[in-house]
Amino acid sequence: MTHCTPSEMMIVAAARALAGVRTVFVGVGLPNSACNLARRTVAPHLELIYESGVYGAQPARLPLSIGDPTLISGATSVCSMADLFGLYLQGGRVEVAFLGGAQIDRFGNLNTTVIGDWQQPKVRLPGSGGACEIAINAQQIFVIMRLKRRAFVDQLHFLTSPGHLGGGGERAVLRLPGSGPQLVVTDKCVFRFDEATGEMVLHSLHPGVELAEVQEAVGWELKIAPHLGETESPTDEDLRLLREELDPQGLYR
Amino acid sequence: MPEKLMSMRDAIAAHVHDGDSVAIEGFTACICFAAAHEIIRQARRDLTLCRMTPDLIYDQMIAAGCARKMVFSYLGNPGVGSLHCVRRAVEKDVPGPLELEEYSHFGMVGRYLAGAYHLPFFPLRSYSGSDLPAVNPRIRSVDSPYGDETIAVVPPLNPDVAILHAQRADTEGNTQLWGLLGVQKEVAFAARHVIVVVEEIVETDIIRSDPNRTVIPSLLVDALVREPYGTHPSYVQGYYDRDNTFYLAWDEISRDEAATQAWLDEWVYGVPDRAAYLEKLGPETWERLAPGEAMAASVNYGAYQ
Repeated sequence: MTHCTPSEMMIVAAARALAGVRTVFVGVGLPNSACNLARRTVAPHLELIYESGVYGAQPARLPLSIGDPTLISGATSVCSMADLFGLYLQGGRVEVAFLGGAQIDRFGNLNTTVIGDWQQPKVRLPGSGGACEIAINAQQIFVIMRLKRRAFVDQLHFLTSPGHLGGGGERAVLRLPGSGPQLVVTDKCVFRFDEATGEMVLHSLHPGVELAEVQEAVGWELKIAPHLGETESPTDEDLRLLREELDPQGLYR
Repeated sequence: MPEKLMSMRDAIAAHVHDGDSVAIEGFTACICFAAAHEIIRQARRDLTLCRMTPDLIYDQMIAAGCARKMVFSYLGNPGVGSLHCVRRAVEKDVPGPLELEEYSHFGMVGRYLAGAYHLPFFPLRSYSGSDLPAVNPRIRSVDSPYGDETIAVVPPLNPDVAILHAQRADTEGNTQLWGLLGVQKEVAFAARHVIVVVEEIVETDIIRSDPNRTVIPSLLVDALVREPYGTHPSYVQGYYDRDNTFYLAWDEISRDEAATQAWLDEWVYGVPDRAAYLEKLGPETWERLAPGEAMAASVNYGAYQ
């Protein structure tokens, strides 16, 4: 395999997890690249959905925001945001949605609102956007975030978007329609979630990453899968598609 | 009927007042900066600014001291980063304090829908398990009368005035929009007064040849303004692209309060109107932002005589 960057590893790991998926709710940046790579490899029928109201986007260039005009031209359908959130998302048509955040906890709950107190924040972050209802309604949530101690925290400063909440089936008690976070792809490793407890479990290390690096970057006592594996490396074809066709300028490399 | 077509100066003077709640909507596309700059020039104060994504447009209005409060769901410079002027107001009370009323996107959409439908609230599957209701007491929940379910609700939002940009309208204000539709229609029906701003005024026959594309009927429109390139640095589908270099430049400018005020002095207070702003930008901007052509196939509505 040709040498790949941490971002490329994240994109490829996320793309592979989309095998066979039909509908995915996308953001810009790494998730966008992952979805476009998946459409060219493991999920040829993948329809890209953007909260701006686009269904079945086939962008001719890398979109710079989720409202980039390149997402509209050539799309299957463009609808109002009321239809997008009401009919597509709340109607249960979104299989997988990508989310990220400034902070995540062991149950995959996400903070995109504030660091510090909401009334007197140390850092005012963007807020929910559609993330809160996406986290609740999409059938599965995939998270893409770089692994850092200040991001993988024991206690969120604010819970914007529910993951498995306190764990142990709390989503089911609150009757949240989606099954919550299933996967967290970082630049060092891949986490999945324990079905019974809802807690994040280290599933595989990217090639060349030591277990200690991951442990140090997580703010709680890390659970490790009994058969800890190595994340499958990108193929030459994955990297060729990314570098030559999907992101030739290397914006997200 | 009174003449609706007027200048931006007259439209803002007639319909935007100190203390009003104002919704300048448009999701990434069709964000009417021309209207925002005129509101800044006319020195409106104590506005409640409503918008899903405050974007650069409210960052500039807040820096200019127009706002008392903001109702929103996502505070970002899309694809770039933070809104530094909003953050200065929230984190440091500069240039003044700013009250926030925070929702999620679907919550804002639901508020406009409840406002447009004349309903007391809009129910949605959101907020359960989130901390948002704890910081916004207007996000509540009700027990379903048809089962044992509890569902989140948001209250109606009926802005005093909505300002909505689109591709084209006839002189009556029958308005056609394509590309991202955002919440333009819902806001137009929810607002007490509507200012529509368009790239082009066209004959009524053109509007009537394609009625499915008419999003805002004349019935709702109080004022109509023709302002080509009126959304720069935002974009209008098929007319011009987003000026991403400005979104990146604003990230730098807006980090510094003095640089922000200097920018407002030069580009807002320093020009009398949008035409002067466009002239100052220069024609090369529009060459750079011109899209290629991608025409829709025409459809046959049929002539039923």
